[in-house]
Amino acid sequence: MFSDADAGGAACGAGRPGGADRPAPVGESYLRADRILAAALDAGAEAIHPGYGFLSENPDFAEAVEAAGLAFIGPPAAAIRAMGLKDAAKRLMAQAGVPVVPGWSGEDQSPGRLLAEVERIGFPLLIKAVAGGGGKGMRLVERPEDFAAALAAAQGEARTAFGNAAVLIERYIPSPRHIEVQVFGDGTRAVHLHERDCSLQRRHQKVIEEAPAPGMTAAMRQAMGAAAVRAARGHRLSRAGTVEFIADPSDGLRPDRFWFMEMNTRLQVEHPVTEAVTGIDLVEWQLRVAAGEGLPLAQDAIPLSGHAVEARLYAEDVPAGFLPATGRIAHLRWPEGLRIETGVRQGDAISPWYDPMIAKIIAHGPTRAVALARLAQGLEATEVAGTVTNIAFLRRLLRHPDVRQGKVDTGLIGRDLAALCARAAPDAAVLAMAALAAAGLLDGEPEHAGFALWGPLRRTVAFGDGGSAWIETLGPGRHRIGTAAGEARVERRAGRWWVDDAPAPRAVRHSGGVSVWAGDGEWHVVLPDPLMREAVAAAGEGVLRAPMPGLVKALSVRAGARVRRGDGLAVLEAMKMEHRLTAPRDGVVEEVTVAEGDQVEAGAALMRIGGEAGDG
Amino acid sequence: MRLVSSVRTGSDSFRANRAAHLAALAEVEAAAALARAGGGDAALARHVARGKMPPRERVANLLDPGSPFLEIGATAAHGMHGGEAPCAGLIAGIGRVMGQQVMVVANDATVKGGTYYPTTVRKHLRAQEIAEACRLPCIYLVDSGGANLPRQDEVFPDRDHFGRIFYNQARMSAAGIPQLAAVMGSCTAGGAYVPAMADLSVIVRGQGTIFLAGPPLVRAATGEVVSAEDLGGGDVHTRLSGVADYLAEDDAHALAILRRAVGGLNLPRPDGPRREAPEPPAHDPEEILGIVPADLRTPWDIREAIARIVDGSRFDEFKARFGETLVTGFAHLDGWPVGIVASNGVLFSESAQKGAHFVELCSQRRVPLLFLQNITGFMVGRRYEAEGIARHGAKMVTAVATTAVPKITVIVGASYGAGNYGMAGRAYGPRFLWTWPNARIAVMGGEQAAGVLAQIRREGIERAGGSWSAAEEAAFRAPILEQFERQSHPLYASARLWDDGIVDPRRTREVLALSLAAALNAPSARRASACSGCEREGGDACSAAS
Repeated sequence: MFSDADAGGAACGAGRPGGADRPAPVGESYLRADRILAAALDAGAEAIHPGYGFLSENPDFAEAVEAAGLAFIGPPAAAIRAMGLKDAAKRLMAQAGVPVVPGWSGEDQSPGRLLAEVERIGFPLLIKAVAGGGGKGMRLVERPEDFAAALAAAQGEARTAFGNAAVLIERYIPSPRHIEVQVFGDGTRAVHLHERDCSLQRRHQKVIEEAPAPGMTAAMRQAMGAAAVRAARGHRLSRAGTVEFIADPSDGLRPDRFWFMEMNTRLQVEHPVTEAVTGIDLVEWQLRVAAGEGLPLAQDAIPLSGHAVEARLYAEDVPAGFLPATGRIAHLRWPEGLRIETGVRQGDAISPWYDPMIAKIIAHGPTRAVALARLAQGLEATEVAGTVTNIAFLRRLLRHPDVRQGKVDTGLIGRDLAALCARAAPDAAVLAMAALAAAGLLDGEPEHAGFALWGPLRRTVAFGDGGSAWIETLGPGRHRIGTAAGEARVERRAGRWWVDDAPAPRAVRHSGGVSVWAGDGEWHVVLPDPLMREAVAAAGEGVLRAPMPGLVKALSVRAGARVRRGDGLAVLEAMKMEHRLTAPRDGVVEEVTVAEGDQVEAGAALMRIGGEAGDG
Repeated sequence: MRLVSSVRTGSDSFRANRAAHLAALAEVEAAAALARAGGGDAALARHVARGKMPPRERVANLLDPGSPFLEIGATAAHGMHGGEAPCAGLIAGIGRVMGQQVMVVANDATVKGGTYYPTTVRKHLRAQEIAEACRLPCIYLVDSGGANLPRQDEVFPDRDHFGRIFYNQARMSAAGIPQLAAVMGSCTAGGAYVPAMADLSVIVRGQGTIFLAGPPLVRAATGEVVSAEDLGGGDVHTRLSGVADYLAEDDAHALAILRRAVGGLNLPRPDGPRREAPEPPAHDPEEILGIVPADLRTPWDIREAIARIVDGSRFDEFKARFGETLVTGFAHLDGWPVGIVASNGVLFSESAQKGAHFVELCSQRRVPLLFLQNITGFMVGRRYEAEGIARHGAKMVTAVATTAVPKITVIVGASYGAGNYGMAGRAYGPRFLWTWPNARIAVMGGEQAAGVLAQIRREGIERAGGSWSAAEEAAFRAPILEQFERQSHPLYASARLWDDGIVDPRRTREVLALSLAAALNAPSARRASACSGCEREGGDACSAAS
């Protein structure tokens, strides 16, 4: 099963025919339960594993699977339903004796009732979509005067994403930690497989996950584990589940300072860290329990060995605000010795249709420091080109002093975002290797390379960012290269490149241009086609462009409208988030080149604003 | 058989030779640097301010990254034309574009607007001559005001003057040797024919102009006032006149279009001799500087040079025991088979017979010939005249003149008199002729010339009953010696295109490798065929045109 957008990619598996007539939108492809069931029955499958996206927590799908006579490798539909509605889940947990965060949820969604509850709960607070997940339909409100606008936005997003505008409100704990417990049940018994710390988040999405939680004490683990097992039992959990807690670490991890947030009745994205420290294959357990075998191990037989860390590698533009990116993976190289979970190969496209995750990279070590160091090394050896990624951000995050000391909380990334996004300008070595790669001289050269009777010829290399370099080839594998950051002597000796006698950064020329990796930094640049000179558009600042691929949700102006700089012109929906696009200057809208409902690529022109700037 | 060297690198003579060669090299390097600087910094700054790429950068960006560039006439016009025309205002040489060897001819507009001095014409024609003999596609990067008007009598009327450029273009094009041009600046009057005669031409918008008469001449002739761009700019010539085929936005764009054009030439692969895997010489070429005596009169074994040029220093010496003042034999150079004819003293009748035999052998086998020239002439004297040395010498000269295989000559020492003929001097049409900085070329040595002239003079004075003192004779001889010394210097020779350039002896092997690769780009005929059109050997290129 795959959509047309994924046809030919790694997600399809080898040698499978392309999926014809399976349009890219998830509603017409991966959420089409009927087609999935038909395919499963056609293939003679006995069970369906729903993974951790799309239909994994869809009770209707679970029911449909069972109704078709297949086993659903997940909890019964009723359990999914119960946990999917967060307010009901929280009530259930409170009844089971699991601590919950002060808050309110209920049928009455009237602004009056909500305001009254807000006064009781106090600020700061969070508004969450009742049916939500993944940060969608969620808003943090720090001041009473912002509440009404935030509520409207959250409800709007919830309606778009989940078809259910209902929200819940809860107390917001500043600088909390997100610690979750992996549980497993067979319907009657339940065990926990220790905790994971997922505090390193951006915009409520996990970035780095680890197990066990830094600074975890035996007492805390005991209390948290017991609460999680209680939750699982209270829920009659069968198969895998995760109980997410919020912990207040202001006074260290204390058994009285954690509260239930939500429970997921599926395998989590970050389950590999638990597998690494327990040595247990959670999918195998799911299959065994689904086959009626019962839980393979008792609570006190579940191992905990060493430390594991996972990083999520995304196609996203971190400095631009974690904007999802698209592109074709022009070059891909994974580090040795780490667990890599990925669904893309070199040459595959990152389409705008689905989550832009490229891979999960998991390192394990005897101690946290070793595991972190292995992951950091692994990320430095990871090479992705052809799309913007968060890898430079991940590398910096792993070297953040607080991260190394285990002083993590959910606000860390937001607080230090500027430093985590800071990028050093490329140095002469990086630019020189980029120039060499751009000239095609990395892996081969003409016979008698660089021969000249009395003085070398100097050729220029143009980069797509407007920069350039010059190369004087002095002989086979010997060059002098001038860059914006100075001159460098580049030589090939003993099968590798050296810049001014130091090992050269790794450079690759690929279909998307040139990429250079140096330590935790990397530099990517496209190469202009010297024959494509007519295509240079005179864009100018008067053109409103889509900052990311997405769907034009709304247009708030028509041609002829006078606008002021900063006025809202359009709403672009991408990855279920609504982005308000504003006028880049004062003027008159001369042309609108898209219509509501259009799918646009990143950089596509949406409208043109002309006329004289100023008072208009 | 691998050549054994008897050189002692620690000896005083080795050190002294090396020091003398390095001094001679420094002199050439300074001259070459002057030539590379073209019209100088101020002219270059004006050139670049117009959005133009520096002329040498144009060549570099046309060629493949890392491509070798075998420059022709790198010190042409040195010391000539009052020093006004460094490098003769023209860059010429062989490089690779899309893997294809090409001849590039690029005007340097920083040198007097790229106008053609007499040496510029000579250099342009020499580049075309090489291109024709080697069947190399020609790429002209045009940026020239045409003939240098004050010197019109030296560049316009004669056979090997300006008009010959277009004659060559037409004949090469007809012979299937592609002619491509990019107009990157002015291209006026006669110059307009370079792009117009080309198979394909590119013109740079706002920069390149082509017209038979520029705006001043048009105004003078007809009163019409028109701008250069409107008269013959890129837009006019690609949209209205069709004189140019592609419109480029700037120099880089024009070069990219030319590269694409070369990629589409669809030339057949030459079926040259079988190439072995190249192997560096077993002896270090660096040692050449210490081996070759600083004084031309000191004899040395040419095998020491051969050992530092050929693959693995292996040399299959032919007729080693006969006519020992000429060394002949087979070797490989950069994988190519080559027959070497090398001077090891003056030519005697035996050495001339041996030379003729060996050249004919190479002709039969279609093995290219390499001449290493260090010769003061044929042996003189009654005995030698009596045994017919003139006739034996003529056999060798005939063999050299009529062989169809490519010849490449390096003057590694003296090049005097008839020895120059027998050893494939300029007049014998070698594909390339290179010179070492220590070489000297003249009809005879200065001492001999002064001696001959002084003797005739003395006889004249004494016949008239006068007397000639030693001091008077010395005063008579001095200017002759000075003249011969000055005119036989390699920079003097190279300035006048008597050779294709001076080379660093240590890089002789690379120069020859590139020369061979270029020469073998043309199929080799078994016999030279008479070709009245171009009056040179090398049948195939010409017969294809007829």
